Amino acid sequence: MSAEGHDHAMDHEHEHHHKQTFITKYIFSTDHKMIAKQYLITGIFMGVIGILMSLLFRMQLAWPEESFKIFNILLGDKFAPNGVMANDIYLALVTIHGTIMVFFVLTAGLSGTFSNLLIPLQIGARDMASGFMNMISYWLFFISAVIMLSSLFVEAGPASSGWTIYPPLSALPQAIPGSGTGMTLWLISMAIFIASSLMGSLNYIVTVINLRTKGMSMTRLPLTIWTFFVTAIIGVVSFPVLLSAALLLIFDRSFGTSFFLSDIYIAGEVLHYQGGSPVLFEHLFWFLGHPEVYIVILPAMGIVSEVLATSARKPIFGYRAMIISTLAIAFLSTIVWGHHMFVSGMNPFLGSVFTFTTLLIAIPSAVKAFNWITTLWKGNLQFNPAMLFSIGMVSTFITGGLTGIILGDSTLDINVHDTYFVVAHFHLVMGISALYGMFAGVYHWFPRLYGRMMNKNLGYIHFWVTAVCSYGVFFPMHFIGLAGLPRRYYTNTNFPLFDDLQNVNVLITMFALVGGAFQLIFLYNFFASIFYGKRSVQNPWKSNTLEWTAPVEHIHGNWPGALPVVYRWPYDYSNPHHDVDFVPQNVPMKPGEEVLHH
Amino acid sequence: MTSLLVIIVLVLLAVALWQLTKIFDLTQVGSNPDRSEVATDEDNNVQGYLMFGFLAFLYIFTIYGLFKWGPLVLHTPASEHGFEVDRLMNITWLLIFIVQAITQVLLHYFAFKYRGKKDRKALYFADNNKLEAIWSGIPAVVLAGLILYGLYAWTNIMFVDEDEDTIIIEVYAQQFNWKIRYAGEDNVLGKANVRLIEGVNSLGVDMADPYSQDDIVVTTELHIPKGKKVQFKMRSQDVLHSAYFPHFRAQMNVVPGMITQFAFTPVLTTDEYRELPYMIEKVAHINDLRTKKSVGLVAKGEAALDPYTFDFLLLCNKICGASHYNMQMKVIVDTPEDYKKWLSEQALLVNQVKEANAPPTAVDGEIKSDSTKAIDTATVAKVAMK
Ligand code: HEM
Ligand SMILES: [Cu+2]
Ligand SMILES: [Cu+2]
Repeated sequence: MSAEGHDHAMDHEHEHHHKQTFITKYIFSTDHKMIAKQYLITGIFMGVIGILMSLLFRMQLAWPEESFKIFNILLGDKFAPNGVMANDIYLALVTIHGTIMVFFVLTAGLSGTFSNLLIPLQIGARDMASGFMNMISYWLFFISAVIMLSSLFVEAGPASSGWTIYPPLSALPQAIPGSGTGMTLWLISMAIFIASSLMGSLNYIVTVINLRTKGMSMTRLPLTIWTFFVTAIIGVVSFPVLLSAALLLIFDRSFGTSFFLSDIYIAGEVLHYQGGSPVLFEHLFWFLGHPEVYIVILPAMGIVSEVLATSARKPIFGYRAMIISTLAIAFLSTIVWGHHMFVSGMNPFLGSVFTFTTLLIAIPSAVKAFNWITTLWKGNLQFNPAMLFSIGMVSTFITGGLTGIILGDSTLDINVHDTYFVVAHFHLVMGISALYGMFAGVYHWFPRLYGRMMNKNLGYIHFWVTAVCSYGVFFPMHFIGLAGLPRRYYTNTNFPLFDDLQNVNVLITMFALVGGAFQLIFLYNFFASIFYGKRSVQNPWKSNTLEWTAPVEHIHGNWPGALPVVYRWPYDYSNPHHDVDFVPQNVPMKPGEEVLHH
Repeated sequence: MTSLLVIIVLVLLAVALWQLTKIFDLTQVGSNPDRSEVATDEDNNVQGYLMFGFLAFLYIFTIYGLFKWGPLVLHTPASEHGFEVDRLMNITWLLIFIVQAITQVLLHYFAFKYRGKKDRKALYFADNNKLEAIWSGIPAVVLAGLILYGLYAWTNIMFVDEDEDTIIIEVYAQQFNWKIRYAGEDNVLGKANVRLIEGVNSLGVDMADPYSQDDIVVTTELHIPKGKKVQFKMRSQDVLHSAYFPHFRAQMNVVPGMITQFAFTPVLTTDEYRELPYMIEKVAHINDLRTKKSVGLVAKGEAALDPYTFDFLLLCNKICGASHYNMQMKVIVDTPEDYKKWLSEQALLVNQVKEANAPPTAVDGEIKSDSTKAIDTATVAKVAMK
């Protein structure tokens, strides 16, 4: 929404409410809608950086022997002398790319934007339970982003031990330069990030539990709210464990403790550490790390469910099954972490247990996929850009999820663990799927965020090129992984055995460059539409949920008069009792109208 | 070349889409000045067809990939359990392809078939317990089968019987090298700790331990005999590494502060593996590529690439530092006779240590192989007598 449009709407309000200055309105705002926009813009900014980094290291992989001026310009003389990327800076790029995409874009950017925007609006609340805590949460996130970015400029380079920061590599500056100041900043940044995430999550949980409007029972909540709610719970359960791992790592690094280190001889001397174990760190890390991937994907699933139903003009198929599978995934996600550690040296018996729990989680995932497909069946599909991205998400989630059956089977994981096969798997199932979910959300709720519409034709182009390029990048990666190519290699030129993979690497990079370039169309569409987009009507997609009953202009408290009252579930699309093909949640039941779903 | 084509196609595709948009915009200008950004029937039609087209793309791309890149993936396993792993892998792949083929068709075909039209009303179909039961039940049963097979194979691979007759070999990792320690006649590795690292004793072997007396340390290549189970005991001196033997379907992390293990039985010697038809073809292909590349290199005045012959490799597969990408060791599977012979030619660690610590009387450095050999045999005899 443009600044001017905003002000008009607010002027009246201001008479009765407290006075707002530029600072309290745009910067230290406690309004959930403004905070959502702040998260989104920050997330997009971080996303641009993260994706640019991946393009740089993809170029390195495709043409390891070339020199590129652009490397020199962007990375400087120290890290890319004469345009040739240094080997440790390759690892730094991979590390920061992973960290930014997983945490800053797909956790904070995705959940932060849509939980903040939608929770109050869809449950019929005036704001979050604590607007102040919400504001603090955003600003902590902002600070952690600034610290993470500033770590790019320290003398020895940023953290370079992979986004999984396994010690001892991450603990010892002797082992890799990035484990000096760069790693310290990484840990500080993540600790602040976790604090931010916890505040956000607690707020979401409390808001959903306490502030639902009259008639909004838990079984009338839109699936978006269900997934945001469950995601917040997973976050509260698992992020503290990562925080403790980070703290113990800080102790090992700075105060000489030996939680994760033992018997180390490096750079010509024996270190004093004794009795710790890196495997302990892996357990702690993945106790968050795996739930984290669901923290990323669940909100995307909620968005997709909502958009599919609205755009298919049909109820989501199996509303209850969707809720139950969300809960099942949330529960199981906390007991499968060991599938990242089949060959870590832990007792192989544990491997058996984790294989069992991991493959179990495929069942609720399959239920979701089938329910989405059935939702399309006999629908009246309205192909707005959000709908395209939602269908795309179902497609990539299936493709990526299926290879999880291989990785989750300890026997099969032996040979593909840490190869490009894993990279292909988790990018499709988590990276691309969640990104599509985020795009779907942006296209769908843009009118709600800014009061204007995004250009649909640019949206179409954006989707189709992205869809082709995503498969173009990640599908061939399965093959080079199955050929035995390890991930996190700076170049494969030292292995003639892998010479025949080089053409595939070039192809992948081509797709990545084209796909990356076309994201500019999205950026243009997004920012241009904020100012010049066509003004939106109140309910452009003819949706049932409450956020579309509030005025287009953002006002404090969301609804000018009383809060809407809810009489029905959110998926009464094409209800045979009604002539129009949608019945918003605040429309009372007709006399004699029965509830048609369970 | 292919990539260039892809780029051109994509760019053309984009331009075409762009033009379509333009035309579309123009046709709308007069009739509807503030045209809506909500999909119209016309949009639904176009996008519906594109969905169908995308399905075609997915199928063609998959089939193209299978033909073009399928031959690149690891083929015949070189270890006994590898066959079991590959069988399970193939079953799983079959399943994945079936599910993938069906679900992607349904998804994109429905998208095409039910593309929106003004006068259509969607079917109000909110749930159906029978369907839900079917699609939770079928995956559950299928997965149960996979889990059972997987666990059976896993147990066989990971648990080595106490009394099984194996050869014990230590794989030792450091940034950015592999070192190998053979347990010698007694098949027991002497104690070791990084605190004992000193000079030539670069693995920190406790030379006071009687079991150490016949240990042999090799830093160039790993030899193992065909047909005998080899049990690797792994140790790292600095950070995490991972010992990855892709052709043997074997991998285990190497963790400082603890000993990890993995055992497998090689079933083909290096020479036999080189003669496999798939390997001959692969090597020929790689050499083709190398020759082509050499032409460019020579033109630039650089040296041409050596022709490639296949060898098994031990790779590092856990990020371990800047040169992680080049931490490798050649693995050679010998016939049992060749293995024995090769091993008997290697110097014992005790002697290397002794020699390094010898008083500077023998400084001249002429005491090379012959004298070492003599002491070697003497010590072996001594150890054997114990
Ligand atoms: C639902 C969405 C999913 C997400 C977001 C996700 C995400 C990820 C991520 C980020 C990794 C990489 C971790 C690393 O750096 O090592 C990964 C690996 C893995 N995924 Fe998934 N995954 C999902 C679904 C599944 C499913 C359905 C399965 C199994 C049935 C599965 C099994 C695995 C396993 C076993 C690994 C470890 C592979 C290895 O390290 O060798 N995942 N996944
Ligand atoms: Cu996981
Ligand atoms: Cu390594």
